[in-house]
Amino acid sequence: MSESSRLSVLKTYKLYVGGKFPRSESGRVYEVTDHKGTWLANVPLSSRKDARDAVVAARKAFGGWSGATAYNRGQVLYRVAEMLEGRRNQFAHEVAHAEGLSKSAAAAQVEAAVDRWVWYAGWTDKIGQVVGGGNPVAGPFFNLSTPEPTGVVAIVAPQESSFLGLVSVIAPVIATGNTAVVIASERSPLPALALGEVLATSDLPGGVVNVLSGKAAELGAPLAAHQDVNALDLTGAGPELAKELEIAAADNLKRVLRPGPADADFTADPGTHRLTAFLETKTVWHPTGSLGASGTAY
Amino acid sequence: MPTTANAFADVTASDSTLRRFLHGLPGVDPVGLEARAASLGTRSIKTTAKAYAIDLAISMIDLTTLEGADTPGKVRALAAKAVNPDPTDRTTPRTAAVCVYPDMVATAKAGLAGTDVKVASVATAFPAGRAALDVKLADVRDAVAAGADEIDMVIDRGAFLAGHYLKVHEEITAVKEASGAARLKVIFETGELSTYDNIRRASWLGMLGGADFIKTSTGKVAVNATPANTLLMLEAVRDFRAQTGIQIGVKPAGGIRSTKDAIKFLVLVNETAGADWLDNHWFRFGASSLLNDLLMQRQKLATGRYSGPDYVTVD
Repeated sequence: MSESSRLSVLKTYKLYVGGKFPRSESGRVYEVTDHKGTWLANVPLSSRKDARDAVVAARKAFGGWSGATAYNRGQVLYRVAEMLEGRRNQFAHEVAHAEGLSKSAAAAQVEAAVDRWVWYAGWTDKIGQVVGGGNPVAGPFFNLSTPEPTGVVAIVAPQESSFLGLVSVIAPVIATGNTAVVIASERSPLPALALGEVLATSDLPGGVVNVLSGKAAELGAPLAAHQDVNALDLTGAGPELAKELEIAAADNLKRVLRPGPADADFTADPGTHRLTAFLETKTVWHPTGSLGASGTAY
Repeated sequence: MPTTANAFADVTASDSTLRRFLHGLPGVDPVGLEARAASLGTRSIKTTAKAYAIDLAISMIDLTTLEGADTPGKVRALAAKAVNPDPTDRTTPRTAAVCVYPDMVATAKAGLAGTDVKVASVATAFPAGRAALDVKLADVRDAVAAGADEIDMVIDRGAFLAGHYLKVHEEITAVKEASGAARLKVIFETGELSTYDNIRRASWLGMLGGADFIKTSTGKVAVNATPANTLLMLEAVRDFRAQTGIQIGVKPAGGIRSTKDAIKFLVLVNETAGADWLDNHWFRFGASSLLNDLLMQRQKLATGRYSGPDYVTVD
């Protein structure tokens, strides 16, 4: 049989929610094209109920993931990099189609994304020393600050950088023990939906990352208003949508990360600002045991 | 209105007549029953109808705690929640009752003083029902003396499955007598009865014995209330009223955790027994976690925002 006579197998792209691959509850799909307008695939057009289900999954996963040791989280993130390494060609292909890049430029983006997972895998057990620590106080006490994850984070992924940008917003959120609901790039969601398949085989517990495809405005509104979402990353929301979502998020005082100038170039050194954006500081006081004025430690 | 005794006096005269009657009930078509229950579960209930259904479901809950670890404090907290399920919204209806073990009845009664929320008590060696009749009756009298408005008894499944229907019947009538003015709910533990035919027989046996309510299960076994077994029991109370004029309530218990499930049960009630049963005097949900989900859905309808478990009580 010649190469050309083979019927290629079309892939059904599905959402990644709670460790499973469901279709949209609404049954809707929309067409995804490459940068030239050629049809690539039909992907689910998620509804607000899919967003709600994703939040339930993320909340359910939060206890286990935030309670896992930093060392363990680092291993899992490194495992994601291992899994991606073997599928570089697939992702380079998808990124090239989605963003209209040359083969080598797309491959470079994918390699940078793999490296980004490794970068954040290394940070999981170090961020505590950098942003936490012992505070000097005027009394016989140890005063210790430790960073803790904020909770369930809803992320509007970057619209243009469909893969490197996506990894750059997901990895820091989960590295510190948060769980995430991600709205993929509306125009180029295929790399994000394919990333779900990688995460599912990377020892990442189901529900830690949930990927939805669809319209950022439609999904962002219920997530921003959702009382059980603790934080919002607006990196991929345009200025108008970002403003609208930030207003909706004010009701239960969500942490909000606004889009900033650093989001323009995801190939640059990511720094730690995305890690610290979704951390809360817990400070505890503990008697040192040395004698105070009263003659006891208390 | 004819009494049960008149209408079915000959049926309960002896073990053999009772057996002949129960085995003479039409057999259940399991595939048809499940298909009917499933098709009624596909109704879409939205907006104002949903708001009505949520409030109705809240008013039908027997808020239940039946754990070995129950403390007076927990029962008091549950009573406070029954009276005022959502402190941020005083328009939320009260639940129908609080359901506890007999030794907690007095505590619950004190917590509910001055309200119309009832106290239901399980009794008769709940949940297994494996004790001598004297012990079971003492259990019931104890609960009634402590102030229980409703008694939830379990039938002797061992006797039922062995075919000793008259023994089960006599036990129910004895408990009914011991309950006095308290309404009697008879629990069949449908998950242990194996077949739908048995559930239909048990339903009739309970109704003949003088039950005010028939209840699916204890919530302590693997299979509890399902739409199919509740549908079957709703058919039984409908048929019983058609024949005797006596209306009997139904209470599915255990395993109903979401608003969606609760609304499915309400559709079953309306379509099977009829709107007469859409009242907490005739239909109850035995549940604990269901209330929180109903409250979250209620908040969602009121505010348009999805609510979360941080906005309802932990129990």
